[in-house]
Amino acid sequence: MFKWLDPYAKPQTLFNLLGRWQRVLMPLGWLLLAIGTVWGLGFTPPDYQQGDSYRIIHIHVPAAIWSMGAYSSMAIAAFIALVWQIKVAQWAIGAMAPIGAVFTAIALWTGAAWGEPMWGTWWVWDARLTSELILLFLYLGVIALQNAFSEQATGDKAAAVLALVGVVNLPIIHYSVEWWNTLHQGATITKFAKPSIDPSMLWPLLICIVALGVLFGALVCQRLRTSILRHEQHRPWVRQWAQEQA
Amino acid sequence: MLFSAHQLSCIRSDRVLFEQLDFAIDAGQIWQIAGRNGAGKSSLLRILAGLAEPIEGELRYKNQPLTQVQDEFATNLCFIGHLSGVQPQLTALENLAFWRACYALKPADDWALLAQLGLAGLEDIPCQNLSAGQHRRVSLARLWLTAAQLWILDEPFTALDVSAIAQLRQRFIEHCQHGGAIILTTHQALDLPEIPVQQLTLEYRW
Amino acid sequence: MGSVYLQTLRRDFRLMTRQKSDWLNPLMFFLIVLTLFPLGIGAKPNLLREIAPGIIWIAALLSVLLGSERLFRQDYKDGVLEQLVAARAPLFPYVLAKISASWCASGLPLLLMSPLMALLLGLDSKAYWAMVGTLIIGTPLLSLLSALGAALTLSAEKGGILLALVILPLYIPLLIFASAAVEQAGFGLGYSAQLAVLGAMLCVALAGVPFAVQHALKLNVG
Repeated sequence: MFKWLDPYAKPQTLFNLLGRWQRVLMPLGWLLLAIGTVWGLGFTPPDYQQGDSYRIIHIHVPAAIWSMGAYSSMAIAAFIALVWQIKVAQWAIGAMAPIGAVFTAIALWTGAAWGEPMWGTWWVWDARLTSELILLFLYLGVIALQNAFSEQATGDKAAAVLALVGVVNLPIIHYSVEWWNTLHQGATITKFAKPSIDPSMLWPLLICIVALGVLFGALVCQRLRTSILRHEQHRPWVRQWAQEQA
Repeated sequence: MLFSAHQLSCIRSDRVLFEQLDFAIDAGQIWQIAGRNGAGKSSLLRILAGLAEPIEGELRYKNQPLTQVQDEFATNLCFIGHLSGVQPQLTALENLAFWRACYALKPADDWALLAQLGLAGLEDIPCQNLSAGQHRRVSLARLWLTAAQLWILDEPFTALDVSAIAQLRQRFIEHCQHGGAIILTTHQALDLPEIPVQQLTLEYRW
Repeated sequence: MGSVYLQTLRRDFRLMTRQKSDWLNPLMFFLIVLTLFPLGIGAKPNLLREIAPGIIWIAALLSVLLGSERLFRQDYKDGVLEQLVAARAPLFPYVLAKISASWCASGLPLLLMSPLMALLLGLDSKAYWAMVGTLIIGTPLLSLLSALGAALTLSAEKGGILLALVILPLYIPLLIFASAAVEQAGFGLGYSAQLAVLGAMLCVALAGVPFAVQHALKLNVG
């Protein structure tokens, strides 16, 4: 495993590799997102129950999925950082956390905006909503911890530990909230029966999900590259690269 | 060679403190690290003591990479930084007892040791009520407890009076004559004619 | 290993007797928070009985959190931790002793004060015994998690608030199950399932948290 990871652990190699990935992923992500949203918002039939308001699903669901995907990738990076002591993996946590937090915030906000016409309220203490809110707190905790130290290296390592602790806790939190929800809410909110989705609506949704995933990858590449440059600014290769750019 | 550093570099808060630093210390030697305030003396000592990691470079203990012999190195090291390591609400005796447990040292007559260091009658006063110099003496009592061969000391003479400085010098000489080695920073002249004192000067870099 | 544990424990108890405010203040904070709720919400007995479990547990986790900030801070500032790390002294028994001592200073007094809480909030005997049960299992878990938070934020500049931000989300499962157990008992229902879940969480935390704390201490000193 370490042998396999080792070449990518070298910041300069990784920097160049990420640059190549980013050049492909970034335009691809935006293109897919454009296709998915235009198709989803403009050319799918309205829902028989919810009318046009369901169209927000094309933003809401991908954001919710990738808010959790981002946390898992962050935890994997944290695991690599702690077990093999690879610095770029620590930096990757810092690159991913704000993106994940923004995805979570988008999922919450669009969820609230969708809930208002559907359930008649901006917020209900539904299990999934509550878990998502706690996920946002976990993200904010990681970001705050990472930036709280005068010595950046300490912040990076501490954030790795917290991200890993968080991912162990995430399922516990999720199931406890779900259980709490059935205990407290029960009959007060009857969630509308989930209609099986029509293929004409499914395709744009799938495209949007893939698009946001690709975009997440591209943004991580970009942020990690910046992070590598900042951490390695004293190395000759960075100076050389900067001169080439200029 | 007891302990050596190869091509060490250190960067703190975006400032390069030192680059490609080499030095080696053998039994019976004293190395004095000199340099202006902020030149990176304390950072160097923390790296040597294994508390911080250098950006680049390698440390070797008895010609083996430090990463492989860390435990052996740590048991043979006594590090006293600019933090005293003395818990202020505990008495000198209680502090000593705690260190003995943590470093797995055998119990011995701590009263005699404290008396020898000029702390007779102050053994059971909380250390926060001691003067700065007395506080420092409690901290330095470690040097009389330890059996470690390599000492790394950050400004050991700070706040000490003339008699305590003389006593500490005597302890240094004793230690080196018994095959010990010391790396220390101090702004004073060391003035130890019996021992070869090597100087390493860190330039202040912008 | 054992001697480090005992010495650290003895040392911490000594410190507790010398600095009583360290553990007394969080307890007073707990009592004051407990009195704020009836004042803010209204002191109708039925209402109080209904929300008592939640109030007790929220107050408990805030007061433990408040006390835990100082857990490693003094040893960090004085360089005791630096010495332990430099000497590669066994940190594990040190961490265990610290957590045990912090439980004795924060969790145990809560347990002792529980009759008082029952009195103030009008809990009946069934709910009271459920609360004692959750406190016995829950407070060690609180101490473990807050030790982790304290260790992670040790060298951070804005320790206090950051500690709360980092650790409070991790308290949520504990809060849910502990207050649910007391609530169930209040309705005359069984609550052994909730206690079992709390016990399982405590076991997981006991197995993992001390190692994480040890790691966090090392990286904050380095």
